[in-house]
Amino acid sequence: MPIHEKSLIRPENLTTHDELVIDGVDVSGHWSTFIESRVVSDYNEKLEDEIAALPGGEQIHRCWQCGSCTNSCTVNAINPDFNPRYWIYLIRMGMESELLRDKDIIWQCVSCNKCTYACPRDVFPEGVMKATSHWLERKGHTEKSPSMHFDEVFTEQVLKTGKIEESRTIRGFFKRTGQSLMQPWMVEMTKRMLRGLPVGLLTRMGLATLVAPKTRDWSAAKAAMQDYIDEQHEKQEQALSS
Amino acid sequence: MTKKDKYQKVAYYPGCALEGTGHSYNRSTKAVGKALGLDLVEVENWNCCGAMEVKNVDPKLQTYLSSRVMSTAANEMDMDVVMAPCNGCYHNLKKAEYDLKHDPESVEVVSKLSQKAGHKTYEAGQVETIHALDWIKDTVGEEGLKERVKNSLNGIKVANYYGCMYTRPRHIFPEKDQGPGSESTSKPHFMDDLLAAAGAENVEFPLKTACCGGAHTLSDSDTSTKLVLNILKAAKLAGADVIATECPTCHSGLEMHQIRAEKVLGETVDIKILYFTQLLGVALGLKPRKVGVHENVSDSRGFLKERGLA
Ligand code: SF4
Ligand code: SF4
Ligand code: SF4
Ligand code: SF4
Repeated sequence: MPIHEKSLIRPENLTTHDELVIDGVDVSGHWSTFIESRVVSDYNEKLEDEIAALPGGEQIHRCWQCGSCTNSCTVNAINPDFNPRYWIYLIRMGMESELLRDKDIIWQCVSCNKCTYACPRDVFPEGVMKATSHWLERKGHTEKSPSMHFDEVFTEQVLKTGKIEESRTIRGFFKRTGQSLMQPWMVEMTKRMLRGLPVGLLTRMGLATLVAPKTRDWSAAKAAMQDYIDEQHEKQEQALSS
Repeated sequence: MTKKDKYQKVAYYPGCALEGTGHSYNRSTKAVGKALGLDLVEVENWNCCGAMEVKNVDPKLQTYLSSRVMSTAANEMDMDVVMAPCNGCYHNLKKAEYDLKHDPESVEVVSKLSQKAGHKTYEAGQVETIHALDWIKDTVGEEGLKERVKNSLNGIKVANYYGCMYTRPRHIFPEKDQGPGSESTSKPHFMDDLLAAAGAENVEFPLKTACCGGAHTLSDSDTSTKLVLNILKAAKLAGADVIATECPTCHSGLEMHQIRAEKVLGETVDIKILYFTQLLGVALGLKPRKVGVHENVSDSRGFLKERGLA
């Protein structure tokens, strides 16, 4: 398997002059390429602790930068900029502004746990990705990602009824993210889904969307979980603001 | 007690997806169980296991939700095995089991929540969670299946797709990778074994445990479509007629993005997608309707007829 790495030289730090003569020597174009040096002066020494205070990030300090996570990563294979090892490095070094350059893709981790499987140090990189995307949102660096919206709609429904009724969750998600449900491929899928179905089953499915399936006697569990969520949120806020 | 005896009667945890998009998996699992003389008792008044979504909000909340299901099976129903056909449910119950065995903080949160919710706290070790694959493999097994096959799947080429949650992360599956007879996390084979016993020909399929991007199937659909296309194409290239699935989320992910790839990217991959329980069901002589083939989004009715299985 190939080792995917990131070029350390950014395109915007490369300068060339189309026409340049120095001491009578023509150094136009590539002959005048300079790499601007980059000075890092914005370390955030708390970064690693903050990520470690969020669920999933606890083991980040164990990383020894072997790169197995990135090498096995599902998303890295379709987008080389998606680089868990590199982000873990930046977080541990406190290089916040460098991390923020990738803020809009970190949430795209698909939680396949290939990294967790490959990691020799039990860092649980999947968890670190989740903690990092939560951190980005809680610190106001990014908007809530579509995935976070989905998680919230889903969790609210589980808290409310104890069970998930998929079409309700899907509708809730599309509504919260302001998308239309009538995407051509969705319509096509629904058509094909309905094709072979007998009337009885359709009625049953229709009923499920009207009367959501519920776990009985759920209110005590619901209240207990809501209290727990609030407590945790409070604790995490403290860790993030200290 | 041997697994064969122990798994004969299990607490059945269908999970939410099997009451919705995965209904045909629910149906075919029950029908196959019945045809094989195995016993299922549904977990009473169950709740969602928390899936990946609740875990993302807070992992210990998911541990609690899963533990409540196991607590009901153990303490209310006196069962010692929970069988979950959904990879997500199976994975989450296993994960809860692992955390409750190894992490005192999880134990504390779960017992506090259970007390407040008014039910007995689940304690690690009270039940064993198994997948539908373990259930059939360890009771009837390949030999038993061979004896019961009425319509051999002879000539049908299958790519077996296990997805992510059935094998990863490895530490929550202590029984896997234990040598002969156990399941492998790098190259799982239980589904291959069962379908081969029913006469199918398994192709060499390199993406058995690849990810379909299910986590973001709606929130980052383009990524999911690309990942599913890889899987569909690899199966086709390997010569498969059918992709066999063992999880409602993997299954609907493949079906949904097969269509999305067609509509959005203009890429059509003609391959059938069936639950392994549907394939086993028709091999055992059940009518395709009995195992819900007409409920699938991808249409395999003509294909089964063509192959003399309907
Ligand atoms: S695999 Fe683990 S140890 Fe290696 S770089 Fe990734 S997180 Fe660090
Ligand atoms: S869990 Fe996320 S980071 Fe880890 S391999 Fe999968 S996509 Fe990459
Ligand atoms: S994994 Fe999916 S189907 Fe199983 S209980 Fe959880 S939400 Fe429901
Ligand atoms: S393959 Fe897809 S649906 Fe199945 S477990 Fe992985 S991400 Fe989830």
